[in-house]
Amino acid sequence: MYKKTLSLRFPKKMVDEPIAVNLVKKFDLSFNILKATIYPRKEGFMVLELSGHKKNFQRGVRYLKTIGIKVESIGQDIKRNEELCFHCGACTAVCATGALHIKRPEMTVEFDKERCSACEWCVAACPARAMEVRFNRTLLD
Amino acid sequence: MAKKKVSKTIDDINQRIREGKVVVVTADEMAGIVHAKGPEQAAREIDVVTTGTFAPMCSSGAFINFGPVQPAIKASSVSLNGVPAYAGLAAVDIYIGATEPAEDDPLNGVHPGQFKYGGGHVIHDLVAGKKVELRATAYGTDCYPNRSLKKRVALQELSSATLLNPRNAYQNYNCAVNLTSKTIYTYMGVLKPNCGNANYSTAGQLSPLLNDPLYMTLGLGSRIFLGGAVGYIIGPGTQHNPDVARADNGTPLSPAGTLMVMGNLKDMNPKWVAGVSMLGYGCSLAVGVGVPIPVLNADIARFTGVSDEELFTQIIDYGSDYPKGEAVSLGTVSYAQLKSGTVPFNGQDVPSVPLSSYVRALEIADLLKEWIEKGQFLLTQPVETLPAGKMGMA
Ligand code: SF4
Ligand code: SF4
Repeated sequence: MYKKTLSLRFPKKMVDEPIAVNLVKKFDLSFNILKATIYPRKEGFMVLELSGHKKNFQRGVRYLKTIGIKVESIGQDIKRNEELCFHCGACTAVCATGALHIKRPEMTVEFDKERCSACEWCVAACPARAMEVRFNRTLLD
Repeated sequence: MAKKKVSKTIDDINQRIREGKVVVVTADEMAGIVHAKGPEQAAREIDVVTTGTFAPMCSSGAFINFGPVQPAIKASSVSLNGVPAYAGLAAVDIYIGATEPAEDDPLNGVHPGQFKYGGGHVIHDLVAGKKVELRATAYGTDCYPNRSLKKRVALQELSSATLLNPRNAYQNYNCAVNLTSKTIYTYMGVLKPNCGNANYSTAGQLSPLLNDPLYMTLGLGSRIFLGGAVGYIIGPGTQHNPDVARADNGTPLSPAGTLMVMGNLKDMNPKWVAGVSMLGYGCSLAVGVGVPIPVLNADIARFTGVSDEELFTQIIDYGSDYPKGEAVSLGTVSYAQLKSGTVPFNGQDVPSVPLSSYVRALEIADLLKEWIEKGQFLLTQPVETLPAGKMGMA
């Protein structure tokens, strides 16, 4: 599951499009509105958590952009669920920054948050689903 | 005067366990002991060597009996949390396989599929004490009139639940690379193009069958650690093939022996039976298996003293050779090289990536050692050792 929190800025004159229906029906995505300030005939702002398959996600975002919405992703954190991680090392295959790396000779898998670029490769590649995307809630205030 | 050669029996060792005198070491400790003292002296001092492995093992599953049900039902199709189980058994007996995806899983419809929930996860949830939704349909008979059933069940309410894995603890396994120019998603993990990484999935010197390479002590009836509880080897696993090329130390140079194992799911712990999702491949179950090896003589001491430097496997291309069914060895690497972080291949240093948890394997070997030292776990004499193939005919 690919999940990102996005900020959407709507133009003053919104096109007549059923955005929500399209995201769900055309792109098989689900969403959760975290914040919305939309005034009729004024610029609108919305924080949306969008999730689905990565390819559908990308197509969905492209769609939003083509209808004139400014889409930006909002800061999120990659966390490791220490309960679930069983220190196999599979994630080190996809982690280009070395944030996930093996400590030798112990063979424990370390997660160095400082080096993480939040590319989210490990989220899909971890067999235990131990790498989680967490939205940084402070940005909502 | 030369000392008498060591020759112990399982009964001798069990007697020492009961008396609290048994000496147990893990397989990685044994490597150092045999190296320093030699096999004869090691056999004199050490009674049991514990091994361990923790990795996705696809050929796993559980037999479950969900009866009795009122009115009575002879279920013909059953699912658990939306994952189909095999119901072609008696009325309320089913088998839930680790790799079965949920009915509504999009699979690889959009590649690579995520395979978020499957049989392995159902087993994991049950062991973790979570309730699971059971749905069954039936065609109805005079003796079993009920045609449909839907209820939430917890592991402890089931009349029986047995983990029975047809093939676990492979004795050695391939080292996978990808020589194509595209990333591929396999049961050996994500393999980056142009040999970007080399994945392996064996605990090396801690691995159960690499410590008894010729199957001298293990077989039907061997008591083991399975999923955090006591389990048993019930015979050779599927694809058990002793007749492969071997090193001088008896260990196979490619996949060889396997174990069929069984244990009571109700006694297990979710830490040691964990549902997994292999990106683009499917669902599976990571299983913890630990096998105690009785050090009956110097030969067995020598076998259990094997170290990662003396264990080898083959590099196989999963990009084009393996899918064609034409897997050929592109080179041999040792587990010491694999564990070091890079392996030499075609003049480059390829990052090596484990799929098998060495940390957990060691924890299993330590736990099993503790159980034996505390007198909670006695060894068994197998009724029949694993088939040794041509080696056994010599
Ligand atoms: S792949 Fe997942 S379980 Fe394995 S070490 Fe990485 S985070 Fe932990
Ligand atoms: S998000 Fe990317 S950089 Fe961060 S740990 Fe995962 S793979 Fe590495």
